[in-house]
Amino acid sequence: MEEYLISCRDLGKSFPGCRALNGINLELPRGRIIGLLGPNGSGKSTFLKLCNGLLTPDRGELLVCGSRPGVESKKHVSYLPERSYLNDWMTVEQMIGFFKDFYADFEEARAYDMLARLAVDPAKRMKTMSKGTKEKVQLILVMSRRAQLYLLDEPIGGVDPAARDFILSTIITNYNPEGSVVISTHLIADVENILDDVIFINSGNIVLCDSVENIRAKQDKSVDMLFREVFRC
Amino acid sequence: MAWNLQSDRPIYAQLVEQLRRMIVTGVYPAGSKLPAVRELAVEAAVNPNTMQRALVRLEEEGLLYAQRTSGRYVTEDNEKIMEAKEAMAAELISGFVSDMMRLGYTREQTIRLLEKKREG
Repeated sequence: MEEYLISCRDLGKSFPGCRALNGINLELPRGRIIGLLGPNGSGKSTFLKLCNGLLTPDRGELLVCGSRPGVESKKHVSYLPERSYLNDWMTVEQMIGFFKDFYADFEEARAYDMLARLAVDPAKRMKTMSKGTKEKVQLILVMSRRAQLYLLDEPIGGVDPAARDFILSTIITNYNPEGSVVISTHLIADVENILDDVIFINSGNIVLCDSVENIRAKQDKSVDMLFREVFRC
Repeated sequence: MAWNLQSDRPIYAQLVEQLRRMIVTGVYPAGSKLPAVRELAVEAAVNPNTMQRALVRLEEEGLLYAQRTSGRYVTEDNEKIMEAKEAMAAELISGFVSDMMRLGYTREQTIRLLEKKREG
């Protein structure tokens, strides 16, 4: 088993008129819950898209679960994208069937259990649901897999505080010493208590990479406060 | 039991304090079994590794002990628990006394005020 779930060297990606990632170096170990934190447009989603093969790097090297992003890595990575890719006309039940066909590690019973706990009706079509409910369904699908690596792009942005608590406790319950979870968000105060480590990213560069406890012990302030200082506008 | 975590101090240290308080006040009585790490982490809404570290710390203090297969228990040594309780009381008192001194009261005046409080 590889020591690192993600390792990248000099990873760079540019778009016309914009350097999204500026040659970053990173190694993510197993058994950690990691916050990928940065202001809007800092490169968080670009990094996660590269890890999932939705974008290809311009330069550098990237290994996810030991291989380049592709069919093999996708077996081990459960990804929540920043926007919905589910088919609007499908019901939740149909989506669950879809995921079951696609992923060998999908656990149907877990999905139904979480749906019941969040009071989402599985017979409903996606297009009849509110934005927040759609996000809940999407996250439930992603968290119902037994993956090694969960890459969650803004998992708590659009849901109400009660659902937020539920999502965070799902992440804790799901914790596995062999696997890791990466949460990209700017709602730092909400997530920082459940994180092991944080990565601050700004304009495509990693500006800080440390454990939450180190930051609090050294700086006598929360990660949220540190973030506000580092990224003061 | 509600967990109350402040944002400007290491979470680990706060978990140690609050767990110690729960043991001392009998939320988890002597000899009782503690919930699993993950359950405690969910309850306190904290990282499981941080909770684990806090529990290990209390093991080192002798307030908890781990049984290889069945989990973690509160010590049966009541004296040990009393010791922890007294240490907590001593800390509260010295905090209170120094607060009062900062307000300009001497030790004796503070004690007199406390006695007055007791009388009604």
